[in-house]
Amino acid sequence: MDKLITHSPILIIAIPLLAAFLTPLISRVNEKARDVLVITTLAFVEFLVIILARDIYANGIHIYTLGASSPTLTIPEQYMVPVRIILEVDAMSIFMGIISATVSLAAAVYSLSFMKEETGRDRFYTLLLLMIVGMFGMEFTGDMFNLFVFLEIASISGAALAAFRTRFTDAVEGGFKYIIISSAGALVVLFSVGIFYAQYNLLNIAALAQVIQYTMLDKIALALLVIAFAMKLGGVPLHMWVPDTYAAAPAGITAMLVVSSQACMYALFRVCFTLYGVTLNMATVGWIVIILGMLSMFVGVTMAIPQIDIKRLMSYHAISQSGYMLLGVGVGLAVLGNPEALATYGREAMSGGIFHIINHALYKGLLFLTAGALFYRTGTRDLNKMGGLGHNMKFTSIFFIIGALSISGIPPFNGFASKIMIYESVYRFNPILAVIAMLVSIITLASFTKAFQSAFTGPQLPQYKDVKEAPRSMLIGMGILASIIIFFSLFPGLIVGWIVYPAADALINQAIYISAVMGG
Amino acid sequence: MSKIVRTMSSILSLFIFVYGSYIIMHGHLTPGGGFQGGAVFASGVALLIVAFGSQNLHKSLKEHHLSILESGGALIFIGLAFGGIATVFFYNFLVGSPIFGHIPPPGPNPGDIWTAGVIPFMNLAVGLKVIAGLSAILLVMALATTITEVEE
Repeated sequence: MDKLITHSPILIIAIPLLAAFLTPLISRVNEKARDVLVITTLAFVEFLVIILARDIYANGIHIYTLGASSPTLTIPEQYMVPVRIILEVDAMSIFMGIISATVSLAAAVYSLSFMKEETGRDRFYTLLLLMIVGMFGMEFTGDMFNLFVFLEIASISGAALAAFRTRFTDAVEGGFKYIIISSAGALVVLFSVGIFYAQYNLLNIAALAQVIQYTMLDKIALALLVIAFAMKLGGVPLHMWVPDTYAAAPAGITAMLVVSSQACMYALFRVCFTLYGVTLNMATVGWIVIILGMLSMFVGVTMAIPQIDIKRLMSYHAISQSGYMLLGVGVGLAVLGNPEALATYGREAMSGGIFHIINHALYKGLLFLTAGALFYRTGTRDLNKMGGLGHNMKFTSIFFIIGALSISGIPPFNGFASKIMIYESVYRFNPILAVIAMLVSIITLASFTKAFQSAFTGPQLPQYKDVKEAPRSMLIGMGILASIIIFFSLFPGLIVGWIVYPAADALINQAIYISAVMGG
Repeated sequence: MSKIVRTMSSILSLFIFVYGSYIIMHGHLTPGGGFQGGAVFASGVALLIVAFGSQNLHKSLKEHHLSILESGGALIFIGLAFGGIATVFFYNFLVGSPIFGHIPPPGPNPGDIWTAGVIPFMNLAVGLKVIAGLSAILLVMALATTITEVEE
């Protein structure tokens, strides 16, 4: 067991990778065996993530050096700096890992039925597992260049998956937009990694953070990284790809694309807090992140109101919700240099933003899955053509209600728990920001009331008389997410204490991250 | 293509294959490695596709066989990485052993192929994957262009 925990950072990345290349071979023999392999792999990864998380909360940061004679040997003898690939998993990384593992397990179970009629499913599962590898890699790595590599893996497989149902023209368009955005973003990241390497001869995040000077070149690199990750997470001036890609991708993949965007958000936070940290001009960068968040929040929700395509509507809400996370963490970043403000409301704002990440992944994942179930049974995403589906799709409508109430921040659901943390702390930073955030939440509720009313309520329509409930594996996939949402709603205090505060502290305490690799 | 082109391509492609294999196998000593050698090797396949036509080549070279080879290459690579898991993932467990186990002398030396442990095997695995992957891409794209020509 100790051995398993020691090696778990790499096993979480390597086991899906191994399974990804086994699936095409096993599909030739037996399709059923392949499905079992995919689900067992993801369940095992989930298990590894949980035992690793327990160990991290008890014993602190987990380091894994690839290829060394011991996993914790970060700096070999005769060397002054780390030279090997190092995975560094702290409370924030494992927090993102929990999100990725849970949502991708639910999405994979869901996809078993959803993709049943598609051809080339062996490639579908290979790409799905590769995308999971990319996400975990981005979250666990302690190396800037590795971050770029895993960003590419997640992007390319994500684009291929978004365009998977090539018989729909909008799927191809969505996938194409995603790959353009991702390649541009990844090249910009590579360019800034080059800037760091040219100046400091280092790639390791902890080693870079120790020596970074905040010169003009570092400022350029920071600007490039912020732009690239803002583009990938769908922040507002750079959000044009989000509705097209999310709406056209298969439902399970949309849920995973949300998590993949959040992995990019994690990378943004990691760069701002850990790589630059105290050298940064905190107030300026913090305000940039806050304004990005406010824009995303407001423009996202106003664009969502007129949508009649249910998945486009949800995609605009995804943009709007990521604004809350940026707002919360941005406030924390803006007051990072001021210990008093940080203690009174900064840490609380960051915790709210971070808590919102996991809540958003859960309820937005659930909502996208219900939208997929509606599409699977009715063959349309147009809200004007739906109606009265609550009569036949009882479970789906219950899941939709849970997701919709949660995203609108209605007590006692988990969306409320994280939003109240953001409102209260942001109000002390700047009251206007909190007021706008509340307004956005109200508009969200209005928009989801419309979506629920047009899809589920009303008399049974003649063309949907024979519509059946979604297949079992899709219900299980949605059920996993819904039950976690209910658990989070019942015990928000417990969750915040267990996983959210450690994650926020991990971002604030740059010194611990550095000393874990550099020693002393 | 004409008989002259076909004959010359058959002979030349052999040299290209040998050169590609050389780059793969010397990956740990000279510039290049699995990916570069695999790309050279696949350019030989491209030559054959141009000379003989994709339809003809498709009779003996099927893309689903190539995809098995590709998965195999990836699996060998990950398997080698897992081989070191007793110490650390990616640990070079062949150093000091009779297979590729020599430790090279420091400073300039003519190059000893029998060094570097698992790295030559990893180059081989990457080479296999790149050969299969690029050949499959070329073959499928060439086949697709012939289909549209027929339709028009």
